[in-house]
Parts: sequence; structure tokens; C-alpha cells
Amino acid sequence: MCLAIPALVKSLEGDLAEVEIGGIGRKISTVLTPEVKVGDYVLLHTGYAINVIDEEEAEETLKLFAEMALLEDELEWGTP
Amino acid sequence: MFEKKKMRFIDEFRDAELAKAVIGRIHRRSRRHVRLMEFCGGHTVAIMKHGLRQLLPETVEMLSGPGCPVCVTANQDLDKAIALARHPGVIITTFGDMLKIPGSRSSLQKVRADGADVRVVYSTIDALQIARENPEKAVVFIGIGFEATAPTVAASIINADEEWISNYYVLSMHKLCPPVIEALLSCGEVKLDGLICPGHVSAIIGSRPWEFAATDYGIACVVSGFEPLDILQSVAMLVDQLERGEPRVDIAYRRGVRPEGNLRAQELMNTVFEFSPATWRGIGTVPDSGLILRKEYERFDAELAFDIEPGQTLEHKGCLCGDILRGVKTPVDCKLFGTSCTPEHPVGPCMVSSEGSCASYYHYETA
Repeated sequence: MCLAIPALVKSLEGDLAEVEIGGIGRKISTVLTPEVKVGDYVLLHTGYAINVIDEEEAEETLKLFAEMALLEDELEWGTP
Repeated sequence: MFEKKKMRFIDEFRDAELAKAVIGRIHRRSRRHVRLMEFCGGHTVAIMKHGLRQLLPETVEMLSGPGCPVCVTANQDLDKAIALARHPGVIITTFGDMLKIPGSRSSLQKVRADGADVRVVYSTIDALQIARENPEKAVVFIGIGFEATAPTVAASIINADEEWISNYYVLSMHKLCPPVIEALLSCGEVKLDGLICPGHVSAIIGSRPWEFAATDYGIACVVSGFEPLDILQSVAMLVDQLERGEPRVDIAYRRGVRPEGNLRAQELMNTVFEFSPATWRGIGTVPDSGLILRKEYERFDAELAFDIEPGQTLEHKGCLCGDILRGVKTPVDCKLFGTSCTPEHPVGPCMVSSEGSCASYYHYETA
């Protein structure tokens, strides 16, 4: 019930969007995310986009993990 | 050779090397013994599936909370849905998880076997379509779910209203998360230091509704996504907050959650629904923790449109779902677990629901 999966918006028509998830297409509602644009990723929950995914934030988070990995490496092996 | 299609925003957050780094950090930073509750059934499943508890230091104790909407639906409410299914001329539309949940005497699956028209739908969009295609029948959608789902149900009611669809109804059993957390914290039965806040509920309501937990109860809160890296990051952030003695609300799931949430979804929810007391399995009645249809939309309310006679409410003897949902017992504490209660013949909802603690334990922690 908590589950929402990232889906790529391929086209928009009124309140509906054609999205792609792992290569599979389906039609979903965008009434909860009227600001959505083609090319956005949305969080898909029971047939509705419940939020537009912030790709910049996703990149920031991954960068954070990468920095953490470097730090952990240094702590484990000592700074070269 | 089939190459598994890369799932963006999923695969990157399952990277094992990065996970090792976060785990290393948690081990390095964690000194005090802390008890963290993952509220959401989806988090429980992810934690079990990826064996995350075993990767954490002994100082970090994980408890599962009542964040499984199907599990916390009380028998008296399940019985209403089952009773409605028996009405002639009614088509019940429901999320699949509800089908096998045992009520006092029966289940939607059992009444379907007896001839009731019960259809599993993926979305209220499908339920509305069934209403359009069956104008001579009454189509009732069983409204289960928290704040991630309630706006989608609200949207379907507004849609039905705009299209003059007169045979669509909702039996609302929707519940709200912050009030039940407040109830658990104020009752003080379960000792908590930190809370892994539900990511998709928070995508709708934002992070602000969790602030009471930090300010009034000193609970560290982190809004978390559902991939292994997300959960590990959230644990690392909770440990950081607790080691510093600075509980607050942080968003780890920044790609999915804004502090203010989804205002449009909140607006739709508030247009259609209003707060009501709700009965949570194992917890009891919690004020302002449920949603009922507002007067302006009462013609869509299945509670008002139908004479529902659910019969006497009975509870399953020996079932510890209630205690498990409050975080005071674990599935293995239940005498029925794995013996008379298994996924094939479940006694309580925690074993049936795909997000139930017992089901997760059964699938991922037993040989």
C-alpha cells in the first residue's frame, strides 16, 4: 500500500499520461501532479502519479553516497 | 540473452558497494543503544527482503509499526465490506490485498466463492470504469490506505461527481499516520528513539506533520524511501541525530518528498474527506485518525447508501496481530506463527497482507 514506483512520462493528454516502467507502457492519471511534463519521472501509486521525482535531488543523494564510500575507504585503508 | 531493463531511480539505490559504505558509517557512529521503528509495511518488507537488520550493529534495534493499512483495519470494518458484498446488485471493487483478509466469520474471497461480485482492481480508475459499464449495478470501492492512497480515492469521487456517475460509492476505511504515531508515543507502551517515516505518505503530507514527534516526544525522525540504500541512509541519519542528542525531522527521500508535500493532493483530499475517529486493530479508537466523506459528497458514501449489517464482531483467539502492530511483540512471539497461521491458512491480517510483519517474517526470516 505504501508502494509507488518511478515511471517515465512519455506523453500527456488531458488528465492522463502514457508512462513507461521497465519497458512496459501504461496509462495513468495526472490529476495529483498537474505540473508534470513529458520526460519527467513520476512516483506511480495505484494508477496515479502522486509526485514528480526531483532528479537533481536524486543525483545529490547518489553523490552523497559516493562521498560516504570514499570516506569509508579512507578510514579503512588510511589516506594514500 | 535477456538483459534486465534498468529501472531508473531503483537500481542506483540498490548498489551493494554504496550500501557497504553506509553500513560502515552506521557501525562507526553508533554507540548508544537505540530503538527505531519503521512505521510502514513497505519498509518492513524491504528490510526483511534485503536482510538489513542483520547488517546493522547490535546497538540499533528495529521495530515494526502499524503502517499496513490492511493489517490495521479492524474486524468490524472488514465485516462491513463483506456484508456489503452480499447485497444483491452490488459490485465490490477492491485492492487485491483485501481479498483474503479474514473478518469475523468470512472474507471477501469466501463470499465471492459463494457468488458475490467482488472484483480486484489496481486503481479507482478501474473501479469507476466498472461503474460506467454497469449502470444498473451499484459499484462500491473499498477505500483502504493511508495518505498516499486517499487522494486517489478523492480524485475518483470528484471525477464521478463531474461525470454525473450515480452508481459509484466508496466505503471509506482510510486512516491517517501522524495521529496513530502520536497515540503510540503518548501511551508510552513502546519505547522508541527514532522513527523511519513513511516515504510515500510523506510525499503527500510533507515532513511537517512529523515535527510533533521530535518537539513533543524527542523522537528522531527521518522520511525514508524504500530501496535498501534509502533505508540504510535513513538509519544512518537517525543514528547521527541520536548520537548528537538533536532529534528533528529530516528528509532522506529528497527525490520524492518536499517539506510541504503535494499541495494539490492535499487539496483534493480535504475537498472530499474530513477527519473522523477510526478504530485501529490492536490500538483501539484514535481521534481524528480516519477519513469520512464530507456532506457535499455524501451521495457517494456507501455507509449512508446501504443498510449494512456486519453482524457481531469476533476476534481471532490467540492472534497477536494487535501487539505486533504496536511494536510490543514480534511475529515469532505468537504461538500461532508458522503453525496454525501461515500464508496458506492465515488467522490474522498480518500474515495475509503483502506488507504484514508476519508475512514478511515468514517469507524472509524462516528457512
